Amino acid sequence: MKLPLLIKKGAEASLYLAEWHDRKVVMKKRLPKEYRPSKLDEQIRTYRTIHEPQLMHEAKKAGVPTPTIFLVDARDATIIMELIEGKQVKQLLGEVSRSERQSLCLKMGELIGRLHEYGIIHGDLTTSNMILDAEGKIFFVDFGLGEKTKELEARGVDLHLMKRALQSTHFRFTEECFDAVVRGYSKVLGDETVKNVLDKIREIERRGRYVKERRGEQE
Amino acid sequence: MKRKKAGESYSLGIESTADDFSVGISTFNGEILANIISAYMPEEGGIHPREAARHHAEVAGKVLEEAFTKSGIKPRNLSVVTFSQGPGLGPCLRTGATIARALASYFNVPLVGVNHCIAHIEIGKLETGAKDPITLYVSGGNTIVSAFDSGRYRIFGETLDIALGNCLDVFAREAGLRQRVGMPFGAVIEKFAVDGKKMIPLPYTVKGMDTSFSGLLTAAVNLLKKREHTLEDLSYSLQETAFSMVTEVTERALAHTEKKEVLLTGGVAANKRLQSMIMTIAKEHNAEFRVVPSEFAIDNGAMIAWTGVLAYKHGMITPIEKSFVKLRWRLEEVEVLWVK
Repeated sequence: MKLPLLIKKGAEASLYLAEWHDRKVVMKKRLPKEYRPSKLDEQIRTYRTIHEPQLMHEAKKAGVPTPTIFLVDARDATIIMELIEGKQVKQLLGEVSRSERQSLCLKMGELIGRLHEYGIIHGDLTTSNMILDAEGKIFFVDFGLGEKTKELEARGVDLHLMKRALQSTHFRFTEECFDAVVRGYSKVLGDETVKNVLDKIREIERRGRYVKERRGEQE
Repeated sequence: MKRKKAGESYSLGIESTADDFSVGISTFNGEILANIISAYMPEEGGIHPREAARHHAEVAGKVLEEAFTKSGIKPRNLSVVTFSQGPGLGPCLRTGATIARALASYFNVPLVGVNHCIAHIEIGKLETGAKDPITLYVSGGNTIVSAFDSGRYRIFGETLDIALGNCLDVFAREAGLRQRVGMPFGAVIEKFAVDGKKMIPLPYTVKGMDTSFSGLLTAAVNLLKKREHTLEDLSYSLQETAFSMVTEVTERALAHTEKKEVLLTGGVAANKRLQSMIMTIAKEHNAEFRVVPSEFAIDNGAMIAWTGVLAYKHGMITPIEKSFVKLRWRLEEVEVLWVK
């Protein structure tokens, strides 16, 4: 095995490009975090390492492309998975035309809809966690914060996070993008569920510390 | 002491968003000449907005006078009066705004309304020399991870429910602890936590770059009532869990934005353990760690005076008829003209 090459030092894990049985793979290693107590650190890393591949596998069943998992080493908090050659949606959104952007977001919404319909919450929906490959398939990665549930609350938070990610990173087209995401989402889940989820998002936003729409309060 | 120098301009800032009433005076070059803070500390329970506002009105005269004496300048030397326009508690904000309007009208100088959260970031930058940091702003009312991008401070992460400082305060009150001036609840918990040894499992909630502390608080309070653990161990576990959560999201924002500085600001920034955690992640990402000095970590008038200068220099003035307070004024709503 060739020496792994660090390709991305994320906050939660480091990604390495490696070779595994003559195959180019990504090695995701959750390195110990010095800042937190070792007991808590181990719990978090082990849980996420076991949990993430499970959700990725489930996502496939829901019809959402995810990298294939080859190996999970819980003790070492390491996952070896398929390398997806493509571009992060984060980079693409700013580069492409308006109509391409809309169709990308529509597709994203559809995929999120499929996850939610199947009872999977991604937990960290950002455009850096979506990769578009050469065939036009969008792969979802980074399920470490995900969970299995069909609760409205969890669905609301999930989409709220997507909206927030668009606001902080793609502020020039937040609304246009989020509208397209919602349209895609409703193609899968139907208008009624979408209405409920959107209501939930508004409720979640109102819970925030400083939100104008908070009930019963005036300036 | 006479301070007035020929050609120098001065800004007065009034801070009254929550339990502190403060007046600060700064020069237009960012020299802080006075920063007088009067804290309202209820005997029992949390902040009652009306009671806090009454405190502010009572101490305002004295605090103003002290600020002028300390700075050595006269009210007529002021070039601008600034105030915390939001976000915060209505009655408290209104008290500060009323005083600011009166001063500005009487001395016939422009009035500038300042966003409280942005002021915490700006004073941090001024005092630590940070230029373009990822900021973790943690206090009794706010838990925000933000960074500047294209004309505004963008919010990358925040709490989905209560603030980190609020979580610690309520826990301290439930434990029957007392706070006093110079030793707020956060500092009391920090003291207990230092002697804690056992890590008790508590809910750890991170959603994307957002956090949630209400479940953690409930679990910690329930354990407190069961009396199975020492207060030291519980304080330690609460701090470690809550701080790990905000550190994790700050690190995510740092990795995401690839900024080269991390700034810790707000009341909870005074906590040594939190400082060491944030320092660790800054190092790991080759970023500089900066923490605001404690005098400017808590709510203070100097940060308002200074942020008011920045805004005023860029033509941002708040006409009196538009100076109503904004209880829920998000920091990303403000166009930040003074940062390039």
